[in-house]
Amino acid sequence: MIKATLKSLLARKLRLLLSGLAVVLAVTFISGSFVLTDTLGRSFDKLFETVYENTDIQVTTKPPIEGDAGFALPTSIRSEDIAKVKAVPGVEKATGQIAVNGARVIGRNNKLVPNTTGTRLGANWTGDDEVAKIRDGQAPTSDNEVMLNGQVAKDSGYKIGETVKVKTPADNLIHEFKVVGIVGNSGGRDSIGGEHIVFFTEKAAQEFLLGAPGTYSLIDVRAASGVPLATLQKDLRAALGDQYLVETGAELAKKNAAPLKQIFKFFNYVLLGFGVIALMVGIFLILNTFSIVVAQRTRELALMRAMGAGRGQMVGSVLTEAFIVGLIGSTLGLLAGVGLGALGAWGLAQTVDGLEVAGLAVPPAAIILAFAIGIPVTLIAALMPALKAAFIPPIAAMRDAATADRPLTWITISGAVVTLIGGTFLFLGLNGTGSGTTTLLLVLAGVLVLLVGSALLTPFLCRPVVSVIGRLFSWSVPGKLGRRNSSRNPRRTAITAAAVMIGIALVTGISTIVSSVEASATKAIDKQLAADLVISGEQTSEIPPTIDPADLSRIRNIDGVDRTVAVTYEFFAKAGDKDAFVLAYDDWAAARAVLHLEQESGNIGEIAPGQVVLDKNTAKDANLKVGDTVNLQLPKGAKQMQVVGITKESDVANGWTISMPDAQALFRSAAPISAYLTIDSGASAAAVKKAVDADLRNSPEVTVQTRDEFVDSQLFFFTFLIGAVQVLLMVAIAISVLGVINTLVLSVLERTRELGMLRAIGLRRSQTMRMITVESVVISLFGTLLGLGVGAGLGISVVKALKDQGFSTLAMPWGLMGAYLLAALVIGVGAAVIPAVRAARLNVLNAIAYE
Amino acid sequence: MTGTIEATGTAARTVDVWKVYGSGEAQVIALRSVSVELGKGKFTAIMGPSGSGKSTLMHCLAGLDSVTRGEVFIGDTRLTGMNDKKLTELRRTKVGFIFQQFNLLPTLTAEENITLPLSIAGRKPDKAWFDTVIDTVGLRDRLKHRPTQLSGGQQQRVACARALVARPEVIFADEPTGNLDSKSGAEVLGFLRNSVREFGQTIVMVTHDPVAASYADRVIFLADGAVVSELFEPTADTVLDKLKNIEVNAPSLTKAEAQQ
Ligand SMILES: Nc1ncnc2c1ncn2[C@@H]1O[C@H](COP(=O)(O)OP(=O)(O)OP(=O)(O)O)[C@@H](O)[C@H]1O
Ligand SMILES: [Mg+2]
Repeated sequence: MIKATLKSLLARKLRLLLSGLAVVLAVTFISGSFVLTDTLGRSFDKLFETVYENTDIQVTTKPPIEGDAGFALPTSIRSEDIAKVKAVPGVEKATGQIAVNGARVIGRNNKLVPNTTGTRLGANWTGDDEVAKIRDGQAPTSDNEVMLNGQVAKDSGYKIGETVKVKTPADNLIHEFKVVGIVGNSGGRDSIGGEHIVFFTEKAAQEFLLGAPGTYSLIDVRAASGVPLATLQKDLRAALGDQYLVETGAELAKKNAAPLKQIFKFFNYVLLGFGVIALMVGIFLILNTFSIVVAQRTRELALMRAMGAGRGQMVGSVLTEAFIVGLIGSTLGLLAGVGLGALGAWGLAQTVDGLEVAGLAVPPAAIILAFAIGIPVTLIAALMPALKAAFIPPIAAMRDAATADRPLTWITISGAVVTLIGGTFLFLGLNGTGSGTTTLLLVLAGVLVLLVGSALLTPFLCRPVVSVIGRLFSWSVPGKLGRRNSSRNPRRTAITAAAVMIGIALVTGISTIVSSVEASATKAIDKQLAADLVISGEQTSEIPPTIDPADLSRIRNIDGVDRTVAVTYEFFAKAGDKDAFVLAYDDWAAARAVLHLEQESGNIGEIAPGQVVLDKNTAKDANLKVGDTVNLQLPKGAKQMQVVGITKESDVANGWTISMPDAQALFRSAAPISAYLTIDSGASAAAVKKAVDADLRNSPEVTVQTRDEFVDSQLFFFTFLIGAVQVLLMVAIAISVLGVINTLVLSVLERTRELGMLRAIGLRRSQTMRMITVESVVISLFGTLLGLGVGAGLGISVVKALKDQGFSTLAMPWGLMGAYLLAALVIGVGAAVIPAVRAARLNVLNAIAYE
Repeated sequence: MTGTIEATGTAARTVDVWKVYGSGEAQVIALRSVSVELGKGKFTAIMGPSGSGKSTLMHCLAGLDSVTRGEVFIGDTRLTGMNDKKLTELRRTKVGFIFQQFNLLPTLTAEENITLPLSIAGRKPDKAWFDTVIDTVGLRDRLKHRPTQLSGGQQQRVACARALVARPEVIFADEPTGNLDSKSGAEVLGFLRNSVREFGQTIVMVTHDPVAASYADRVIFLADGAVVSELFEPTADTVLDKLKNIEVNAPSLTKAEAQQ
């Protein structure tokens, strides 16, 4: 039996290869995502291992608020602390050092020198070591001298002897320094991982970076030879107490690599998403292929049954085939995945200047998942055809292979039931009051079950829909024949179309949701933002971009500017024990007007020190009402605040609003971060914008935008998201095309004799090709129409259900949907090429004699 | 000299046609120097033992297969050397087919099947002629049926009607009654003979059955790829006699060849 199975496998290499491709693709994406994360992770580990290569132990003070790892606030160490460290036995050397993010080099064009990593360190120069050495020039000797690392020099073009403008973190102001040297890293590199560093004298670093003379941000501890680091770490902790962090170089490397790894996790999810789509579409493809294989082998299988083969053996035979396909597909997919992951890691590493990509390695998870997903999925998809094979009666060997249509009642009823179950899940998920995870799981399960349900309903829909679509092509004889052919075997057409449907449904659904979110947000911002001009910058690190106060006061006096509201915010904040986003406006009354903030409860008229105003959603999340008090922890201290008012929900100003004096006392910096401007009626926005732009001369990090430009830039992410979804579609389409090709090749094979007869009575080659193409286009249009319907349905129900969560506007992605229909034509025509050529090339005589 | 001969009363003919399959050890000579003329408005049967080249000859005559040597004409048109496009065109306009089985498209109704060659060629059926044909084959009440809803004999009658409705110069039929019982076979054959008598249709039919051959005006006998004999106005008995004769002689012919 095994031998017979292998023989039949080999005989249908092409078809199985096609179905195997679906497995290959799915496994490629899934294992690729693991290889990508692993390779990037190891690359970042290596990067920070280099950075901390010479660090035995580092001592810092605990930040008042623990932000995200790597976004820790600068803390100050005094000389007493250094003395304390030096006194610990086993310490060979302890030096106070300053290294703070936020030394922003301003380029010659008076704009911030761009840096992809967001790391713009300011540090004191502590002398050459193995990692960093002076490449040119000399160390700064006076407080107005600096050295730049190679990366800054390269990105900005500044040379030794020139004056460089640096916006320093302590005061958030721009200062001028003279460049006296350039620092390079080992191996002739400009930086270790794309970072910018400006080196100051110790005194200048204390003043400009920490704003506190005589303090340091860390102590670099060298262990005496022979002293184990773990012991020294323990001793230091004991000596310093729990206000200090004592970390080894290895620990620091790990801690600092973590957030970077997190950022690239996103790409991992994208690849996983592709894998899941590929799997879902692939299941249909495999199911279809095996159904076809079984149908083709009906006579052969029946003959075996007649000769005494049992049902179990039939199932076994088909499943063995599936197992082999799954095994080969998973193996190939794993190999391709390793390649894809490595390529992706390499590509992403190119976006980080100077990052060296770690060598290729395959994480065990990738291998295990490749087979744990690839093989079972193939087996499950092949199960139904296998059972079908088992129920072929021996008498079928004697009958004509063309079996009569079985009624579709059963499959339609089960489809309806499954669809109903899916719909119920979705409804419960969207309208229920369960927790976040329950909701998400219910919605996901609902969508999955719904898709399966609609796939089951496709055979039922096949006849009517196909006959309507087919009308379009009925004007020519080949078109008519093609259309008839496509509704000839509704099950097969349906499965093929279902594969197309799944992909289109998913992207249509997601696009509907995303475009609705976009439209809702646009509308909300439009409604809530009365400003005509907005000044803001891009947040690329933990240091927010700021507007120079002098610039701002000049702007207030520009002709045509009516009101100016400046806002500052702090996100290193906690309310109780939850992360908080705290804001402060320089003119609260004006802010309320410009941002259309309305009172929900309490009194939002005024915010005095010690008071806080929240928006409705934030208040609900924090479970607070007017009159309650809450402990707000901010970088420079904590304070009990009383909730005096709650505003209606807002998309432009949600968070914890406190008074300006409180902000000045507690924020890292209370410098204005954004400003909203209204202009006098009659003034031209463009003219005022130009004047404002000219006045922002000391604010290189921010730009002024008109209201429309601002709205667009706020929605950039959605545009990006919609783009990403379309790539997802490509993957789905690629796989469903395989399905259509598969079905058509089979149809051509099955109808060989018929094609021969048609050619004999005068059907031209070109007409034959057109007939096949129409069949193909009809199938893919059918799938696409269903997909559009199902996807739009899913999208609309999600949007409607989340009406209260900000989905105020339903926006159908009509343009995209139209494009999908066009894509269906392309899929259809493209998929038909191979089968059509095969059909046209048929030798008429052989075809007629074909058994 | 190609095409210069006046084709008087000849619907199709072959001139010294050879057909060789394969080469070397596996070489088969399916037709050896066959020259036949098939009369216009005549019903010609081709007979011979299995493997004697009947189907091959018919395929060459119909432009479905190319010849190794020699020339084939349908009417005045020389088929030899035509490309696929021209041959397809010729099949559309001048030739009709009836096969032993799988003659009809299962997706089309009987009526659509009958008019299919015309639709493919983009021609409109002549209503009066269509009615005549339908009535002759007796399918009027079956026109809207699918092939699966028809008996084997009815299906074959649909195939005959399809061949006739386009009024081709020649209809080729390869064992059209091979799959039918004697009663339905007789119906189909009677219908074919009528269409020759009444409408002057030319029909060439390959058959194994002496009774079927007796419906023809003339029987050509093939053995081992060559025309060995012929009969005019045959009856089942005369045909049977001839066949027996040939089958006795045929092995000796093969032997003689093997010795060469
Ligand atoms: N494609 C081919 N390749 C090789 N040999 C062939 C091919 N087609 C036919 N033949 C050979 O040519 C010879 C004539 O075949 P043909 O089909 O014409 O016989 P036939 O008289 O129609 O026989 P039957 O009564 O069995 O249908 C046979 O010996 C056959 O084996
Ligand atoms: Mg034959």
